[in-house]
Amino acid sequence: MTDSAFLTALELVIGLDADLLAIVGLSLKISLTAVAIAALLAFPMGAALALFRFPGRAPLIVALNALMGLPPVVAGLAVYLLLSRAGPLGSLGLLFTPTAMVVAQVILVLPILAALTRQKVEELHGEYAEQLASIGVSRLRRIPTLLWDARLSLITVVLAGFGRASAEVGAVMIVGGNIDGVTRVMTTAIVLETSKGNLPLALGLGIVLLALVGAINALAHLLGEATRRQLG
Amino acid sequence: MTHLTLSVPATAPRLRFDHVSYAPRGQTLLGPLSLNLDGHRRTLVMGPNGAGKSLLMRLAHGLLQPTSGRLVWEGSAPRQAMVFQRPVLLRRSALANLEYALAVQRVPRRQRLERAREALARFGLEALARRPARVLSGGEQQRLALARAWLLSPEVLFLDEPTSALDPAAIRAVEAAIDDFHHQGVRIVMTSHDLHQARRLADEVILLHHGRLVEQSPAATFFDAPVTTEGHAFVHGELLD
Repeated sequence: MTDSAFLTALELVIGLDADLLAIVGLSLKISLTAVAIAALLAFPMGAALALFRFPGRAPLIVALNALMGLPPVVAGLAVYLLLSRAGPLGSLGLLFTPTAMVVAQVILVLPILAALTRQKVEELHGEYAEQLASIGVSRLRRIPTLLWDARLSLITVVLAGFGRASAEVGAVMIVGGNIDGVTRVMTTAIVLETSKGNLPLALGLGIVLLALVGAINALAHLLGEATRRQLG
Repeated sequence: MTHLTLSVPATAPRLRFDHVSYAPRGQTLLGPLSLNLDGHRRTLVMGPNGAGKSLLMRLAHGLLQPTSGRLVWEGSAPRQAMVFQRPVLLRRSALANLEYALAVQRVPRRQRLERAREALARFGLEALARRPARVLSGGEQQRLALARAWLLSPEVLFLDEPTSALDPAAIRAVEAAIDDFHHQGVRIVMTSHDLHQARRLADEVILLHHGRLVEQSPAATFFDAPVTTEGHAFVHGELLD
């Protein structure tokens, strides 16, 4: 069966199967959009959490760390309840659309990015704090400074978020509904093909998904290495 | 009632330590000590490891707050800069490091490049402008830190063991730069554990031991006829216990 799975994967890729391309395209679009949105929010949030002391900071950090382990189905369910016809945002009609899937993945990825950013920025600030205080850099001004100087570690942080988004199936299944041609992504397609007993196709899709995630990680690694070489 | 502001000639900044001590978590690391830093001088703060030299600098520069006692600048606090033992440079080019310091001071964008380039040239770093600051040699990094301090136009420059990790050629360059600051009228306060360096640079010496002020004397006095027995022992290269 494994052989035929590889063959199927190969056929799918070489044949540039239109359905496959659509599924892969949608998967990438949803996960990359979700990670981009989450990063835009999480970077300043994480950095602020690293730099400012305020009441409730410690519980917030613990909560954020705990949410890194938020089960995707729970995130999906929460978004489902929000967006369902009877829910508070039901009138938007977003349930079972790619937008809903992006929202669910943002909720999943945001705590990961924010918690890890907080950690990286706090580490770097330990090194920079005296120097920045000496030249008179305000706490607020330190946020962009430290984010930029931590850019190498933040690539890894983003990858962790992307890994989470592209691998999860629970959230996109619940809020997307796995509708063929509309909200079907790699992971939900694999679940479906498996339940139909079409194991070679399921495994083939799995191999394609793995290859994609591998390719994106390799790209980020090369980018990181290039920057590292340049920065010393 | 109106206040007349008299235009007084620019005087050297004067910092008074008034029974200052620093005791984090109840453990006294420095003080209580009282001393004055005044005059347009180069003061070398000396003493064995753990004497409290770096703490004294950080308190003076305002990076640490005293546990008790007060530090008072006469008049308003002057513009200050500090050069650390291991320079902390941003992960950007040498030039960008200097432009950053100017941006923090709200220097208009179009003036930054020119002023940063001037500072690089002044410290002999113009060829390294585009190099990432973190790949420069130790001596080059320290000169870049001095160039950055220069751009803050300090009236007082604190240096914490600025040459302790450098080779002789780099030490010479850093000492020349310190001279340059001094000749431009910048008050120098520097720590060192190197007696030879202190002889080359100091106008005045402060000797600390176990967090206490042992002696504060003009350099000539300190090196030829130290007032205290500890001072005498220190100048003669004996180990203080």
